[in-house]
Amino acid sequence: MTETPATGPDPAPASAGSAAAPSAEPAETAAAETGSAETGPAETGSAETGPAEPGKSAGSRARLTGTVIIQAITQGSSAVITILAIFLALVVGAFLIAFSDPVVTKAWSTFFHYPLYALEQTWDSVSFAYSQMFEGAILNPSTVSAAFHGGSIAAIFYPLSSTCAQATPLILTGLSVAIAFQAGLFNIGAAGQWVGGAIVATWLGFGVSLPPVIHVIVCVIGAFVGGAVIGWFVGLLKARTGAHEVIVTIMLNYIMYDLLSYLLSHQTLLQEPHQTNEIAPFIANDATLAHVGGPPPQVGIGFLIAIAAAVAVAWLLSRTTTGFEFRTVGASPSAARTAGINVERSWILVMLLAGGLAGLSATTVIQGTNTQLTFNSYGTYGPDGITVALLGRARPIGVVLAGLLFGALHVGGTYVEAATLGQVPADIVQVLEGLIVLFVAAPVLIRAVFRLRSTAGTGMEAVAKGWNG
Amino acid sequence: MTTFAAAVRAPLTTERRHLAAVTFIVIGLINIFVFGLLARAGDASFELSLASASVKIPVIRVPAAPVCYALGVVAIGLGILRATVPFSPLAKRLAIAGVLACFLVSLLCWADAGAIPLNVIIISQGTITESIPLILGALAGCLCERSGVINIAIEGQLLGGAFTAAIVASAFGGLWVGLVAGSLAGGLVGVVLAVFAISYLTDQIVLGVVLNVLVLGMTNYLYDRLMSTNPNYNTGITFGSIKIPVLSQIPIIGPIFFDSNIFLYITYVAIIVIQVALFHSRWGLRVRAVGEHPTAADTVGIRVLWIRYRNVILGGLVAGIGGAYLTIGSVGTFIPDISSGFGYIALAALIFGRWTPLGALGAALLFGFCEEMALVLPTVNPALPAQIMNMAPYAATIIAVAGLVGKVRPPKADGQPYVKA
Repeated sequence: MTETPATGPDPAPASAGSAAAPSAEPAETAAAETGSAETGPAETGSAETGPAEPGKSAGSRARLTGTVIIQAITQGSSAVITILAIFLALVVGAFLIAFSDPVVTKAWSTFFHYPLYALEQTWDSVSFAYSQMFEGAILNPSTVSAAFHGGSIAAIFYPLSSTCAQATPLILTGLSVAIAFQAGLFNIGAAGQWVGGAIVATWLGFGVSLPPVIHVIVCVIGAFVGGAVIGWFVGLLKARTGAHEVIVTIMLNYIMYDLLSYLLSHQTLLQEPHQTNEIAPFIANDATLAHVGGPPPQVGIGFLIAIAAAVAVAWLLSRTTTGFEFRTVGASPSAARTAGINVERSWILVMLLAGGLAGLSATTVIQGTNTQLTFNSYGTYGPDGITVALLGRARPIGVVLAGLLFGALHVGGTYVEAATLGQVPADIVQVLEGLIVLFVAAPVLIRAVFRLRSTAGTGMEAVAKGWNG
Repeated sequence: MTTFAAAVRAPLTTERRHLAAVTFIVIGLINIFVFGLLARAGDASFELSLASASVKIPVIRVPAAPVCYALGVVAIGLGILRATVPFSPLAKRLAIAGVLACFLVSLLCWADAGAIPLNVIIISQGTITESIPLILGALAGCLCERSGVINIAIEGQLLGGAFTAAIVASAFGGLWVGLVAGSLAGGLVGVVLAVFAISYLTDQIVLGVVLNVLVLGMTNYLYDRLMSTNPNYNTGITFGSIKIPVLSQIPIIGPIFFDSNIFLYITYVAIIVIQVALFHSRWGLRVRAVGEHPTAADTVGIRVLWIRYRNVILGGLVAGIGGAYLTIGSVGTFIPDISSGFGYIALAALIFGRWTPLGALGAALLFGFCEEMALVLPTVNPALPAQIMNMAPYAATIIAVAGLVGKVRPPKADGQPYVKA
């Protein structure tokens, strides 16, 4: 973990204090941060009661667990903070939706004559937008009732599968940014590394013929390597010359965009023959990632790659020497150096892995949903990866959950734009994402708004390092 | 810990000297073997006056390849000197400037060999117009970061300023109202940055990135809902150019520096005021004290949090003017994501310029020049692929940051919230 003594929870009282005492809260907060929103408090509950009250009956154990959950809510464990932050973001977003709706603003202009009408219009506007978003991204009740009347059962899961498909590249770029955060580096360059991976995957995908399964594997590995080379270069410059990774990654993003544009505008390179647009040929059929039934978007191999990558990163960070070195370097490079850790090697290696993960993100798009590289393919996966990593607190499980949330928001945003005929633009989602991460990053504000008792932790533990490293 | 870190870092100075020397020599070799050998036959020619100028200066013609060779030899010579003789800090900077100049002139000779004359005045004007948002953004960052608050939200401040300036100027038909509104919009982003960073102790890198996302989302949303449906909110009015009476008549210098719209003159004032204020006034001494060692500053009675609030908001106002330039100062109409990464380049310029206004100015001008080259060169010499030229500024930055600048020293307390003990 990356907490520093200044901002992180103090572990000392947790070992000394009794289970029910409020002084045990900091340790619980830390534990809950690693867990998902649903299981966080429950897990810490059992962990609390276990060692301290071994002989008690099941009844008192349940009561204690209850106390712990209530404490988690009233004092704001990080899972609770995250949920409240999402809620608060939706409230702020509601104002934006309502007051840019001409019907609503008109209703408010006559507020003193028809106050209820104004409120009603506001509620209608907001609730319609949000319910459409939910139906598009999670579950549409009409498909459920249709299934009872002989409709397709698969249709029920269509929104969820779209969400997973949208989440896949976000999870991978999120992991790319997160693993660099763990070693104290800020990888703004996931976008450029994404392009590196996409170029290699595309070229291997249409330019090389290989047997079916091997072709897919070669492309995926190629994309990893394509991204990893870019990341490695950043780490190398940082280690050898001290060049700040923020500048180098920003510049490499632009270089990679221009390189992509160059490759896609020359027929001898990556451009599709007889094309004037910046577009590459479709990759070969045997190089595409399989889908689980139906046309894309459906949950496919890409999503499994993302989950596997998350598990691998989690394992690397928590179970290996290399991961321990990353986290030590992230906490304090000079302390790590004193302890005999090769800081420069860690920087290079972590950036190599970060680049590779961003390359894998490209593979899930190029070989998965799109099967064709265009100049606009890189979209906003890179910048979104930063927000996903921040919301996931730079931890693999957190990144997966944050990626799923953002995937759902993206799907919902597109859906709501279509459902309201452009009245509510999909850009509302960007605002919501920004607000969520802003509020998650400022737990002091959330505590103040929801009148939660404050605890020792003053803020989100430092996932990002300033210029002073 | 600090002294220890410094001790660990110590060997870097000799290494740095060699690295700088190697970079100089590599640039010299590029001058000779890339620009010199690959230049087409013929002279490179440069015009030094506009077609409309009253005093014409004859076109300068130089043989392209020999000039590249000569400048390459100069750069290599400087590299060898740098490796063998210890340089004073001033000499180091002059050497870097000299090598960069050699590189740029070789680049121009190579690109223009045997082609129509390049107009140096137009290129310089273009460089300045490309640089203005970068300079103002970097100055905003300088104000913030010298007081100890990291400002990654420059991009958001520029974008917010650009949107607000365009919509207010269009809606009220007043350019000055638009300029003020743009500045205030940047300031508003600054207020949010300040409140969250200083009072709510939010991680400042996270905060900056998030504010950029937020402003991008907001402006896209409002563009879709207001501007794209109602062209009256996006009329595209711009400030006209103001000629400074006598100065604009000076050959070469006049049209470059004294014939532009109000934003250039605002930029001059901002550079001078901020440089003098930060480094030659009691005000600036306090700001820098807060950025370096807030506890010590607090002990002698400086109000740390107040200074940080004030500087972050001031920075936002400055960046907002830079944003307003993007719409009402140049193209007029707002388009989504009009700042397109200028804020991040301004951030790079700030770091490249070692957190000083003048350094940031130099870096911003370099970026602006490269952007301008990418626009101009393909028109002079169609054989050059535009995308490769576009890459040049970014590649140059990486070379410069890795080879010439290396490890930079930010304000000590940059990014650390101050909590009174």
